[in-house]
Amino acid sequence: MTMHLDPEMLSRVQFAWVIGWHILLPAFTVGLASFIAFLEGAYALTKRPVFLHLSQFWLKIFAISFGMGVVTGIVMPFQFGTNWSRFSDAAGNVISPLLAYEGLTAFFLEATFLGVLMFGRKLVPPSMHFVAAVLVASGTLLSSFWILATNSWMQTPVGYQMIDGRFFPKDWFEIVFSPSFPYRLAHTVSAFYVTTAFVVLGVGAYTVRRGQWPAEGRMMLRLALWFLAMFVPVQIVLGDLQGLNTLEYQPAKLAAIEGLWDGGRGVPASIIGWPDAAAERNLAELAIPRLGSLYLTHSWDGAVKGLKDFPPDQRAPVAVVYFAFRIMVGIAVLMLAVVAAGFFLLARGRLDQTRWYLRLCQVATCFGFVAVIAGWTTTEVGRQPWTIYGLMRTADSVSPSLTGANVLASLLLYIAVYLVIYPVGLSLMLRLVWRGPVPSEEAVALTGGRPQSPIETLTPSTPETAR
Amino acid sequence: MTPALDLVPIWTAILALGVFFYVALDGFDLGVGMLYNFAPDRSARDLLMNSIAPIWDGNETWLILGSLGLLAAFPVAFAIIIPAVYFPILLMLLALIFRGLAFEFRYRDAEHRTFWDHGFAVGSAIAAFAQGVVLGAFIQGFHVEGRQFIGSSFDCFTPFSVFVGIALMFGYALLGAGWLVIKTEGVLQDWARGFGRYALIGTCVAVGVVSLWTPLANASIAARWFSWPNIVWLAPVPLITLALIWYAWRSLNDRSEYAPFIAALALFVMSYLGIAISLWPMIVPGHFTLEQAAASQSTQAFLLVGTLVLLPVILVYTAWSYWVFRGKVRSDIGYH
Repeated sequence: MTMHLDPEMLSRVQFAWVIGWHILLPAFTVGLASFIAFLEGAYALTKRPVFLHLSQFWLKIFAISFGMGVVTGIVMPFQFGTNWSRFSDAAGNVISPLLAYEGLTAFFLEATFLGVLMFGRKLVPPSMHFVAAVLVASGTLLSSFWILATNSWMQTPVGYQMIDGRFFPKDWFEIVFSPSFPYRLAHTVSAFYVTTAFVVLGVGAYTVRRGQWPAEGRMMLRLALWFLAMFVPVQIVLGDLQGLNTLEYQPAKLAAIEGLWDGGRGVPASIIGWPDAAAERNLAELAIPRLGSLYLTHSWDGAVKGLKDFPPDQRAPVAVVYFAFRIMVGIAVLMLAVVAAGFFLLARGRLDQTRWYLRLCQVATCFGFVAVIAGWTTTEVGRQPWTIYGLMRTADSVSPSLTGANVLASLLLYIAVYLVIYPVGLSLMLRLVWRGPVPSEEAVALTGGRPQSPIETLTPSTPETAR
Repeated sequence: MTPALDLVPIWTAILALGVFFYVALDGFDLGVGMLYNFAPDRSARDLLMNSIAPIWDGNETWLILGSLGLLAAFPVAFAIIIPAVYFPILLMLLALIFRGLAFEFRYRDAEHRTFWDHGFAVGSAIAAFAQGVVLGAFIQGFHVEGRQFIGSSFDCFTPFSVFVGIALMFGYALLGAGWLVIKTEGVLQDWARGFGRYALIGTCVAVGVVSLWTPLANASIAARWFSWPNIVWLAPVPLITLALIWYAWRSLNDRSEYAPFIAALALFVMSYLGIAISLWPMIVPGHFTLEQAAASQSTQAFLLVGTLVLLPVILVYTAWSYWVFRGKVRSDIGYH
């Protein structure tokens, strides 16, 4: 095959690349903003220094991850214009107010009050500092609301009318609260909270293991475990509800998730196998008869549509969706196991001494991120070949002026830049974790309010020079 | 369908205001970024960065609002203009990534501070330049068929657009110098005044050249400005600009602290006005007027309701945050 650069395919890869990296940051900062607001509130109420230390510690990590989220987020709305201009022209009348409301209700709130939260501790009263933390957290949640409303409308479009091939609004309430929106919002925000809690769990375990800051480490470990004990089961239920919603509104996506080729009554549940799109069947499959109908329709012989009920040009790339979904569910099972083991040890009073478990928690730090990417892949690849489900094809959405070489050039630049900034950002956050939750001289500076010369404090501080 | 109330003028005003807020606010902090590597020493660079650290993120948010406002109020204009300036937008976004991350990374990543210092300065310069190229290409117009841009992704790079890119770099540098005169004192303030003078000279030359080049390249713009009686009505625009240049020069040379920044802002207002007069009422020059490109009445109304409530609130708390961080930049606030 000769090299043919397809602007549509490359634009899809570029979008996947920039959104895939970007989503890791909200997946972490949405939960972290709420956690910091909680810590600030807990400190205001109890005046226990452990909450102040933890808030200051996580705020530094938040500043790095939020900054990365901002700069990679600015890229996103421009993608609609640069690469998907036909989509923007067709859908602009419907989706643009939702995106603009995200900016108006969330971005300014987050940006402005993060400045106060980070740099204003000495300039505003403590109550205002707490309010700033709450407003930053609210901003991240409002942002999730609007961006997922937009995404949900594209997945389950309602409340519109078509005129000359373009979408016009008919009912704004229907557009914002489209059928998949409540489930998607709940499942995604809960996923973000769980992701953050696993990071706190892992960092807490690491801190306990080092033994230098036992109070802070134990607090993180316990807060995270209690939170996860509630939210991991909730998240699994929410995921199931979103699956049932997908069955109703996006049956072709659900068939791809299930790897179900032949629809009908009493369909099997495919546990694992290799979906072969050309042969229209799964190779080397392990499946349990009738179980699929049971959990999808709550009846042993409920009817479910299979992939063969849809023409081949209306099916998603089955294997990608099939495996992404199984990775997500596999992670969920592992998460449950980690939380259950943690509670068992906590009940026995051995949580802080069980080294293997603390190490396991460190490994689990990445669980949420893997699950978020897998879940995102499931829902976004699963809705292909549509940008607006069932109505506008991805192939008809791309900007007509772009050549394959244009998009290849921009894609390579995005790849190069992201491969610089993500490793650096990660290493800087890891360094903060390594320095521990109470870096001595910064705590003194913040509570003592002494002016410091920037030059003195910019030299690598105690833990590194002491090494 | 006859709408009860034409919202297009309102949206035109809101979008114009939003874009102007972006240019004014991110303009000065991009300008600070460009001057950054010329600062005398590291403590000066620390102060420069801290003078914008608490507010740059809010400033940059106006860019998102500007682009989404364009999509919301004039979707077809967004769909034509943004792909037409594919590479300048790409350059701008990548430059903004380096520049935005430099705040945290420079401070936390001591081993690579020089790299992030350059990332901050060069990123600011490239972002400013790329925005100027977008503006230049916008003034020149695009190849449009139906509702889509059909030219090449490299059409936007012309001598004119590249020149506008350089012009905007000077303009932002002038704003940045004005901001630093407000936020610093002593030797550093004198240094800012010095750079402000260079930036002002560059801005004057650039504005002059663009003001002549635009009508020479475009007959309808020439007719707008030089036909009778327009030439009389529009004469105040260049005259006020000349007066402002004189005022800016004087303020950079005496002891006034706020005047250089205010003069720079006023120069931007006049240039902005000049461009608006040249292009009115087009949003895609030569193809779509504001009315033709407007979003559906329902889209405009739905967003307007919230905007009329939220925008004043945003302006209030933005002003409050500037007030919290008011006065000369202190070495103990910000990254230290």
